[in-house]
Amino acid sequence: MAEKPRIGVFVCHCGLNIAGVIDVKKVAEEAKKIPGVVFSTTYVYMCSEPGQQLVIDSIKKYKLNGVVVANCSPTLHERTFRNAAARAGLNPYRVEIANIREQVAWPHEHEPEIATKKAIRIVKATVERVKNNMAYVPYEISVNKKALVIGGGIAGIQASLDIAEAGYEVYLVEKSPSIGGKMILLSETFPTLDCPQCIETPKMTDVSQNPRIHLMTYSEVESVSGYMGNFKVKVRRKARYVDVDNCLGCGACVEACPVKNIPSEVDRGLTNRRAIYISFDQAVPLVPVIDADHCIKLTYEKKVAEGKIKRRSKPGTVKICEKCQDACEPKVINFKDTDKIEEIEVGAIIVATGFDLMPMEKLPEYGGGKIPDVIDALAFERLLAPSGPTHGVPKRPSDGKIPKTVVFVSCAGSRDPAHGVAYCSRICCMYLAKQAMLYKHAVPDGMAYNFYIDIRSNGKGYEEFVQRVREQRDLIYLRGKVSKIFQRGDKVVVWGADTLTGQKIEIEADLVVLSNAMVPSEGAKELAQKLRIPQDEYGWFNGAHLKLRPLETVTAGIFIAGAAQFPKDITDTVSQASGAAAKVISMFAKPKLTKEPLIANVDTEICAGCGICKEQCAYGAITIDPKKKVSVVNEALCEGCGACAAVCPSGAMQLRNLNSKQVIRMVEVLTEDY
Amino acid sequence: MGVLKLTKEKFRKVDLINRISGQNVYDCYQCGRCTSGCPSADEMDIVPSQTMRFLQIGEVDKVVESNTPWVCLTCLICSVRCPKGIDIAAIMEALRLVKLRTNYDFIHPNKIPEEDLEELPPIALVAAFRKMTP
Repeated sequence: MAEKPRIGVFVCHCGLNIAGVIDVKKVAEEAKKIPGVVFSTTYVYMCSEPGQQLVIDSIKKYKLNGVVVANCSPTLHERTFRNAAARAGLNPYRVEIANIREQVAWPHEHEPEIATKKAIRIVKATVERVKNNMAYVPYEISVNKKALVIGGGIAGIQASLDIAEAGYEVYLVEKSPSIGGKMILLSETFPTLDCPQCIETPKMTDVSQNPRIHLMTYSEVESVSGYMGNFKVKVRRKARYVDVDNCLGCGACVEACPVKNIPSEVDRGLTNRRAIYISFDQAVPLVPVIDADHCIKLTYEKKVAEGKIKRRSKPGTVKICEKCQDACEPKVINFKDTDKIEEIEVGAIIVATGFDLMPMEKLPEYGGGKIPDVIDALAFERLLAPSGPTHGVPKRPSDGKIPKTVVFVSCAGSRDPAHGVAYCSRICCMYLAKQAMLYKHAVPDGMAYNFYIDIRSNGKGYEEFVQRVREQRDLIYLRGKVSKIFQRGDKVVVWGADTLTGQKIEIEADLVVLSNAMVPSEGAKELAQKLRIPQDEYGWFNGAHLKLRPLETVTAGIFIAGAAQFPKDITDTVSQASGAAAKVISMFAKPKLTKEPLIANVDTEICAGCGICKEQCAYGAITIDPKKKVSVVNEALCEGCGACAAVCPSGAMQLRNLNSKQVIRMVEVLTEDY
Repeated sequence: MGVLKLTKEKFRKVDLINRISGQNVYDCYQCGRCTSGCPSADEMDIVPSQTMRFLQIGEVDKVVESNTPWVCLTCLICSVRCPKGIDIAAIMEALRLVKLRTNYDFIHPNKIPEEDLEELPPIALVAAFRKMTP
């Protein structure tokens, strides 16, 4: 700052959090001795109303042009005091936090003298930084009031409906041919035993009938550019070969198709589908899709086009299959359909890509997918579902017999760092209890065993539900992780233990159901790269703050909902989807968006255009001007992380209010002897 | 302890205990509160909570053959404290009854001389049967 510094230092006690270790009075006294500091004081809770008023009054009384608040981490109260300064008429970017709680009082709890010295140093260094802080004004960004929701499961459906309800347009992109996600595959939902066909399909219909929701099924996000308020998204509309707008959904084409042996995705391979198929009866849209990899006509045409075979006759004279087209009354099948790229412009994006199950192949001790009567829990959901392949009475895949003894295996891969999944998949305890109950409803003389390590039933009505299941004699809960599953004759043998009695257990079962660990859905990694949003070590999308900003990603304008963030049950997923939608709606409700001005800045006189900064930028905010050969920072994209400034070999790239001059001065103060 | 093979048949005997006691052993969720308050748990082959667990996995014979039901004082502390309201003392009584009904007695009524039988009050005989069984 050009004018003479008049800095105020405000030291917070934070009750006894800080004052219990640090001599806060001494810190304030020492601060007053720093050249440029005209006022210093302490207060018991600086973040409280009277504490903030103290800051405001002092700014006015002492005509302060810089403020240092020595308190907790800036992630907690930086904004509080910047806002307070603004109310006192001081530019908020002349306020800095000296963190003396997380960085001093807590780690040095047992050495108060050292802590006090360290606190004084940090305050001194922060004062030096503030002396060179410039005043900035936040950027204003216009906002395109349309949203993109990626993923058409229950999370994406709920978020889309909420945003549309508020009056904004939504593009809902779903990669499979129908919306509905995993929920629509389920038999019934715990703990109320509502069937998803009853409770989810009305929402799916609402989506298809809402004029503000543009449903894009069988589509995938190709690329994303732009920034908060102004994203440009390319969506790949995969070739469906059926005209969505004019198809009647009669299914005559499906009946006509001669290719009948393709394992059904929806039924998890328990049944077969045709080459032209409708995913399930309540599909939205109720329009078939041709699987180009299996269709006789399309595979023939592809081979001809690739030159692998020669067309025997002139095109059009001999029909290659085309039975679906012959059967189609409104003639909406188009074999010449191709993938199309559609460009849309949106202001906000919600990622709701959900989860998958850990593949059986990763569980060799449980048969590795080679034992037909060892199935995953989603497959068993299909066997229990009235709409499923066995109409709700489970029959085992190997011989179609009704299983009289079923073993449920919890934590198949979950809570198992050796399998690369240390976390709990959260919903398995509940759905296995539900499946056991439904199995007993379907097969009253059946016997079920459930191996578990701990029962996690922490939801409304959940514990009561589990107890109701466990109190039945024919549903035996056994505490222990199953060690091995193998075939013996037509039985599947399960080796486990009951750790409550120390007893090794062997069960000859007809069917074994594994609760495979939940893992991020296929393609999550590629999507994260396109959106530039971080994932955790397992691939789940990270919120900006685990506790306080779980719905927002670090990239402004991109939000997450549902199991894409971490395993969740339907209740939590729907709540989070509505939460993410509310975030988008509150963004759209403002006429303009504001953005922090503390971003990277290039000195074009120095910049040589080497481009090292461009490669470092995680947000794609830097481009090289082709004519001037200098870096250009996109103000809307830059998040002010400072990676570019750190790698810049010439010092041309600087972070505002944390430039190298300031950093070096702070280091000098922090390391000087006294 | 060998491998325990669990089959549907194994659990039939549990029904017997449930019927005699009027309780459901599967109500137990293994918190251990019965054992922690039991004054004679130290003397038992199998403590009360483990007794419940063995019953749950169909090991009825194991607990019937143990000294546990006979060491039980029927003081009812377990029944009073059970968070799920199981009358564990009633289950202990059921176990004693199961054992008694196997005719495993030291005293055989038909071997008692007839003149003695004439003299003995019936209650003394009942008490003798129960005390003299292990």
